Amino acid sequence: MADTKSDYFVPHGSPWPIVASVSMFVMALGGALWLNGSDAGRTVLLLGLAGLTFMMFGWLGTVIRENIAGLYSGWVDRSFRQGMAWFIFSEVMFFFGFFGALFYARVLAVPWLGGDGIGEATNSLLWSGFESEWPTNGPGEIGGDAEGGFQTIGWSGLPLLNTALLLTSSVTITIAHHALKNNNRRLLNIGTLLTIVLGAVFLYVQAFEYVHAYQDLDLRLSTGIYGSTFFMLTGFHGAHVTLGVIMLVVTYIRILRGHFTPNEHFGFQAVSWYWHFVDVVWVCLFIFVYVL
Amino acid sequence: MSDTTHEEHHDGPHASGMWRWLTTTNHKDIGTLYLVFSLIMFLVGGTMALIIRTELFQPGLQLVDPHFFNQMTTMHALVMIFGALMPAFVGLANWQIPLMVGAPDMALPRMNNWSFWILPPAFLLLLGTLFMPGGAPAGGWTLYPPLILQTGDAFPFVVFSLHMLGASSILGAINIIVTITNMRAPGMGFMKMPLFVWTWLITAYLLIGAMPVLAGAITMLLTDRYFDTSFFLAAGGGDPVMFQHIFWFFGHPEVYILILPAFGIISQVIPTFSRKPLFGYVSMVIATSAIAFLSYVVWAHHMFTVGMPAAGMLFFMITTMFIAVPTGVKIFNWLATMWRGSISFETPMLFAVAFVILFTIGGFSGLMLALVPADIEYHDTYFVVAHFHYVLVPGAIFGVIAGVYYWLPKWTGHMYNETLGKWHFWLSTIFVNILFFPQHFLGLASMPRRIPDYSVQFTEFNMISTVGAFGFGLSQLLFVWMLVKCVKGGEKASTEVWDDPEGLEWTVPSPAPYHTFETAPKV
Ligand code: HEM
Ligand SMILES: [Cu+2]
Repeated sequence: MADTKSDYFVPHGSPWPIVASVSMFVMALGGALWLNGSDAGRTVLLLGLAGLTFMMFGWLGTVIRENIAGLYSGWVDRSFRQGMAWFIFSEVMFFFGFFGALFYARVLAVPWLGGDGIGEATNSLLWSGFESEWPTNGPGEIGGDAEGGFQTIGWSGLPLLNTALLLTSSVTITIAHHALKNNNRRLLNIGTLLTIVLGAVFLYVQAFEYVHAYQDLDLRLSTGIYGSTFFMLTGFHGAHVTLGVIMLVVTYIRILRGHFTPNEHFGFQAVSWYWHFVDVVWVCLFIFVYVL
Repeated sequence: MSDTTHEEHHDGPHASGMWRWLTTTNHKDIGTLYLVFSLIMFLVGGTMALIIRTELFQPGLQLVDPHFFNQMTTMHALVMIFGALMPAFVGLANWQIPLMVGAPDMALPRMNNWSFWILPPAFLLLLGTLFMPGGAPAGGWTLYPPLILQTGDAFPFVVFSLHMLGASSILGAINIIVTITNMRAPGMGFMKMPLFVWTWLITAYLLIGAMPVLAGAITMLLTDRYFDTSFFLAAGGGDPVMFQHIFWFFGHPEVYILILPAFGIISQVIPTFSRKPLFGYVSMVIATSAIAFLSYVVWAHHMFTVGMPAAGMLFFMITTMFIAVPTGVKIFNWLATMWRGSISFETPMLFAVAFVILFTIGGFSGLMLALVPADIEYHDTYFVVAHFHYVLVPGAIFGVIAGVYYWLPKWTGHMYNETLGKWHFWLSTIFVNILFFPQHFLGLASMPRRIPDYSVQFTEFNMISTVGAFGFGLSQLLFVWMLVKCVKGGEKASTEVWDDPEGLEWTVPSPAPYHTFETAPKV
């Protein structure tokens, strides 16, 4: 840690956080109005989103300019790294909540409804005849087709392909990272571009799978606890992949502009960490949602 | 718009008027914003509490209708937890942590501004629900489905507001962790950090672990209501009890988020006024970590009556009782610090001593609640209300108040009025006990919580409690008055303020200049 003044860059005031807060407020307001069935809701929501996008350009733009101007020491860089790591940890905990719901339903709630353990009376008095199984849309057969039935997506088809895609993309981004460290710009370009392509194809396959589920399998968000956990987990994961792809595209543009150096590339590093995180979540999804 | 990023030296704020406060990246400015916001919310939440207590003065319905009563109990809790206590602690962290570890500012100053400025709009959304068709949420701050799903138009507002509050807490916690791990002055090793810094480090871990889980839980509520998911719907294979598990997985760490920073403050105040170093520093750090770890594995002690396998009850009962061990270590360390010290009782010390005694009462009632057979009797009665108010009011809030009196001279450069402080202390302490102690008896006699009416045999204790509530509430006006006076003027405070206190914050002038430790101090 340094002991000279000005070594740690402290900005003096910034308008961007307040723009961010106001945009967040507008988004929340719009979203709530929309859910309450008000016509203005969507417009307000989009307005907030636009504000948030504007803020991202402004805030991150400022940070990038400061970085290029050489205001950041390695010390500041370390703050950024640690901050990003903890942010990713908070995201892990968010997914942990949804995985928790999945495990709870499979291991406890559904067997109890079927009469296991403390569920004996529940089953015989409320849901008599219901047998615990997985996948299920519950004793009330919520959602599904006219008879309450539905099918699930097997793991060996598209999900396996998607697993391969994401795992490969993890490799390509690592290759790009090493290329950056060795100042091999060509390989860096190719590796990043490949990662973007793989991510985009993953999203395409995922969208395709969703359409298939909705149209042919009677598997929807409303299909009982299976549909709920399936779509919320894969949906939030997909949203994170989308965000990751956007971040990668921005990174790619920055690479083309020659922004990162072998020793100093927090932006790249952060995106690559995020990408690995998304990848690990997918592996858990693949195992616990699709295979088991 | 662009940031002012000049390299030249700034001595004061970069802008003036409202713009300064909206755009500030200075940890002292942001700390002040947090503290002022928290004080306002404390008064708002306090008013709601007085409405509740007024209704409960007598049996029967007099002041408000039952639906509004339920809105008050729900909103009172949300405002006090997310609006008063958490921002108060983050405000203290903002002011003190950079001063205590010798850092030029918080590690991520822009993000610091953002985490504060998320709060006012979030509370606009939350408090705005009071004026919506169907009113504010009325199902309790724990938001249990299916009841909470019957909230009117307010429902999505509440959910989004809590999402925003969670985001604010997470950003704030990240900033605090990074400041502590990356910004310490040379020589300030981890085991030299003041305990307030230690307890906040651990609290920040709890926040990052717990808040995202709450976000997930309320997202499931939202999709259950608007997008036909079945997380909490038994017919679809879900389970309403599952919400309680997810909520309390957040909720129990949350109650430690509300108390650990107070432990830290008390561990600063007691040594100063006992004129002795803290007894058992290392064991304090270990105990705090142990409490934080255990707080993740005890959550279902809030759910003993909802149905759970016996093995589960046993597990959660035992882990809960374990928490009493590290908590006891802390209490005894404070007592040992005072033992044979040359103690003087300035206002911060008075609040700290009251904390140790009264928090212990709350800890003991917690232990009683941890016993499954006993809890089946006490659950959802006023005994629980008495328990958590003892740990939260003469616990957490007294901790905040002790911290404010302790550091106020450093912030304002003026000594506060000691006579006012003493009055504030004695009135608060007497009335808080009049307010909450009788609630133990009400609970043991089975008066249920969250109900606007009660059987006549509970009348006397309720009357006493309401008198205590008004006394306590009015005493806080003294606090506000003291604060205003101290900000405006008063006897000049010296650099050290107290009698040879320990810590880097006492090496900078009072009031602390706008920028401190731009050159790192040697420790
Ligand atoms: C020795 C330490 C503690 C133990 C053993 C303990 C135990 C318990 C138990 C078993 C309950 C559930 C009672 C019921 O609903 O039937 C409870 C409720 C509660 N406790 Fe504690 N507790 C302790 C410390 C704390 C602390 C430090 C805080 C906060 C600063 C706290 C805040 C609460 C709150 C807010 C509730 C009620 C939540 C609600 O239902 O709305 N407790 N405690
Ligand atoms: Cu608890």
